[in-house]
Amino acid sequence: MVNQRDAGSTTPLQVERLVKRFGDLTAVNDVSLEVNAGECLGLLGPNGAGKSTLIRSIVGRVIPDTGRVAVFGAAAASTEARMALGWVPQELAIYPRISCTENLGAFGRYYGLKGQTLDEAIKWCLHWAALEDRAGELARNLSGGMKRRLNMAAGMLHKPRVVLFDEPTVGVDPQSRNRIFEMIEALRAAGAALIYTTHYMEEAERLCDRIAIIDHGKIIATGTKDELVRSAFGTRSQVMARFSGDEAAIGAWAAHNGGRLHEGTAEFTVEQATEIARLLDDATKAGLELVDVSLRRPNLESVFLHLTGRELRD
Amino acid sequence: MIALKRDRGALVLSFVLPLAFFSIFAVIFGGEHDTTPKVHVIVVDEDKSEASQDLVKALEKESSLVVATAPEAKSKNAPVPADYTAATAEAAVQAGDAPVALIVPEGFGQNPIAFGPDAEGSEVQLLNDQSDAIAPQIVMGLLQKAAITAMPAVMAEQGMKYADKYVGGFTPQQKKVVEDGLADLRKEVANGDVGSAANSESGSGSGDFGAGIIRVKSRAVVGQNKKSPMISFYAAAIGVMFLMFTASGSAGALLDEAESGTLERVLSTRVTMTKLLGGKLLFNTLLAFVQLVAMFLWGWAVFKLDFFSHVPGFIVMGLCTAFAVAAFGLLLASTCHTRAQLGALSTLVILIMSSVGGSMFPRFLMPEAMQKAGLLTINAWAIDGFTKVFWRDLPLWDLWPQVGVLLAVGVVLFVVARRVARRWETA
Repeated sequence: MVNQRDAGSTTPLQVERLVKRFGDLTAVNDVSLEVNAGECLGLLGPNGAGKSTLIRSIVGRVIPDTGRVAVFGAAAASTEARMALGWVPQELAIYPRISCTENLGAFGRYYGLKGQTLDEAIKWCLHWAALEDRAGELARNLSGGMKRRLNMAAGMLHKPRVVLFDEPTVGVDPQSRNRIFEMIEALRAAGAALIYTTHYMEEAERLCDRIAIIDHGKIIATGTKDELVRSAFGTRSQVMARFSGDEAAIGAWAAHNGGRLHEGTAEFTVEQATEIARLLDDATKAGLELVDVSLRRPNLESVFLHLTGRELRD
Repeated sequence: MIALKRDRGALVLSFVLPLAFFSIFAVIFGGEHDTTPKVHVIVVDEDKSEASQDLVKALEKESSLVVATAPEAKSKNAPVPADYTAATAEAAVQAGDAPVALIVPEGFGQNPIAFGPDAEGSEVQLLNDQSDAIAPQIVMGLLQKAAITAMPAVMAEQGMKYADKYVGGFTPQQKKVVEDGLADLRKEVANGDVGSAANSESGSGSGDFGAGIIRVKSRAVVGQNKKSPMISFYAAAIGVMFLMFTASGSAGALLDEAESGTLERVLSTRVTMTKLLGGKLLFNTLLAFVQLVAMFLWGWAVFKLDFFSHVPGFIVMGLCTAFAVAAFGLLLASTCHTRAQLGALSTLVILIMSSVGGSMFPRFLMPEAMQKAGLLTINAWAIDGFTKVFWRDLPLWDLWPQVGVLLAVGVVLFVVARRVARRWETA
C-alpha cells in the first residue's frame, strides 16, 4: 500500500530504519539511506555484512521486521515499485538453455512488455550489454563476463529508474569488468538512481558518488570517498614500507611503532611527511633493511580497517 | 518450451519412450487373437476304445486346447516318437513341457460316465503343474464338455443303465424301446449327424452350443466390431504413466529456477507465484495432451486403433487427464527441495500409482480391495474414461464421473501445490 504521506514522492529510493532478523542473526540492523536520481550509492562491506539482505528487502523479496522502503513513494512490494526497480542479483539468474534474445524476451514479458515495446527493449538491452553479435547464442555457451552482462540486461528491459546491482562483477575478468563499469556509468548519466554493492574498494571508488560502509548489518559510515577518508584519518597519510628480513621481527617493529604488517608491507598513518624519516631511522636501528617506501592518502580499505579493525576482504 | 524443444534427450524421453513402451504392451496383449491363451495338454489313451478315442478327438477339436498325444519329433528326419504313456506324460509335466496331462485309463469305454454319489465310472487322471492354477480348471471344464458332446450314445446308454438300476429294472418291452433308441442314436453318431465336434463349435465369441445338455447361444455385445480390443486400453494406461513422469520432470524446472536464483528474480517482477504456477500448469497440461495425442495417433497408425471415430471423447478425456497429471507434477515439484529428491519421490509415487491404478495390468484382474484402492489414483479414472470412449463407445455425458474426478483432483492438487510453494515467496 502506498503511504499517503509519500505519494508522488520524487525521491527515487528511501530506506528508513530497516531491521531484518533471521532467528538470532540480525542481518539488517536499523539501516537508513536515500538515493537520488543520477547518483550511484555504493554499499561497501565484506561478505556476510548484510548487503544482499538489504537489497532483497528493497526489491520486496524479504519482508523486514521493522522499517520501511519507498520507491518514488510506493511501498517495496507494490506494482509501482516493482516497475520502477531493476534488480541485478548476485547469482546468474538467467535461463541457461535458451538464447540471449529469448532470455530477454522472457524477462520482458514478466515485466508486462509485449509486441513492439518488447522488441525495442530487447534491442536496446542487447546493445547496452554489447551482446548484439551473440543474440542467438545459448546463455550457457557465453563467457563469464557475457553471462554477467546478460544478467544485468535482464533487469533493465522495463527501463527502471532505480537499479540495484548486487556484486555484478563476481568472477569476471578485468576486461569484462571494465565493460560492465561502462554500462553502469551510462545508466547513471541517463539519470537512473543506482545502488551498487561490492566488497572491492576499487569498484566503489570508481563508480560511486557516495559510499555507505556496512558491517554486521549496520551502516557505520556514509559519504563520498574523500569525506570518509577525512572523517577517519583527517589530513593524515599512509606510509607503506617494505623490508627484507624476518617477517615476525618486521611485524613486531611495525606494531611497536603504531602500524601493522599487511601482506609483507608495514603500514603506518602519519600526520606529516617528516615522520617518515623518524620511522626509517628507527627501522635501521632495529636492524631492518629497507626495500622500498611510498606515501599515499588512505583508501576505503584503510577506512574500513580503521572503523572495524578488520579487513574489507575475508 | 524452448528449452524442451532444444533438449533432444528430454524430447526423446517425453515422446519416444512412451511410444516404445506402449508398443511393447500392445504387441503382447493387444492383438486380434482371443485374450485367453491356449492351454497345452498331454492326453494318454490307455483304453483305445471307441468312447476314449471319441473323447480324445473332441478334446483335439477344442480351440482353447493344444492337445499332444505324443512328443514332438526332435527334427524333420527323426523317427516319429511313440505316444505318451502315463509315466512319460507325468515326466513331461514335471519337465514343464505342458501344465496338464490327462490319463484315460484302460476300461474307460466300458464305464465312462459317473452319475450320482455311488457312481462307478472310470476315473480319468489329471496331472498338473501347481504353478498354473488356471490350466487344470480349463481342461477339467472342457473335458466335461467334450464328454457330453462327443459321446451322446454312450451318455444315453450309461444313463439308461443307471435308470434301470435305480427304478428297479425295466420291463422287457421297455428294454426293447431303449435298445432300439440307442441303436438309432449310434447310427446317427456314426453318420456324424449328432455329437462330436461336428455339431458343436467351441471358442470365444458367438456360436451355437447345440450338442450340450443345455442349449446355449452366445452373442458378443461389446467389442464385436473391434479389431484390436486392448490397444486403446494400453495407449491410455501407458500414456498416463509416462505423462506423470514427464509432468513431474517438467515441473522440476521450478527447482532449477529456485536453485539458480531465477525464481527470485521472476518473483521480483509483476509475476506472482500464483501466475507463475498457473503458467506452468497450463504449459504442462498442453504438453501432456500432446503426448497423449502422439500415443493414440501411433496406436492408430501402427496398431489399427480406431482413433478418428472417437475424437470428441478423446479430447475431453485427454484434456482432463492432462490437467490432473500436470497439477500432480507441480505438487511433487513444490514438495521437494532438489531435483534428486524429486526424481526419487516421483519414481516411487508414480510406479505405485501406476501399478495400483491399472497402468501396468488391468484392474479387473486384481482382487476387489486392490480395485477399490486403484480409485485413489489418477491412472484408474483416466483409464476408465478412455475405456468408456474407445471400448464401450459410450456418449460424452457418460464420462461425467471421470471428468468430474479428474478436474477436481487437478484443482485440489494445484491449490495444495500453491500452498506449499509459499516457502519461495518471501523470507
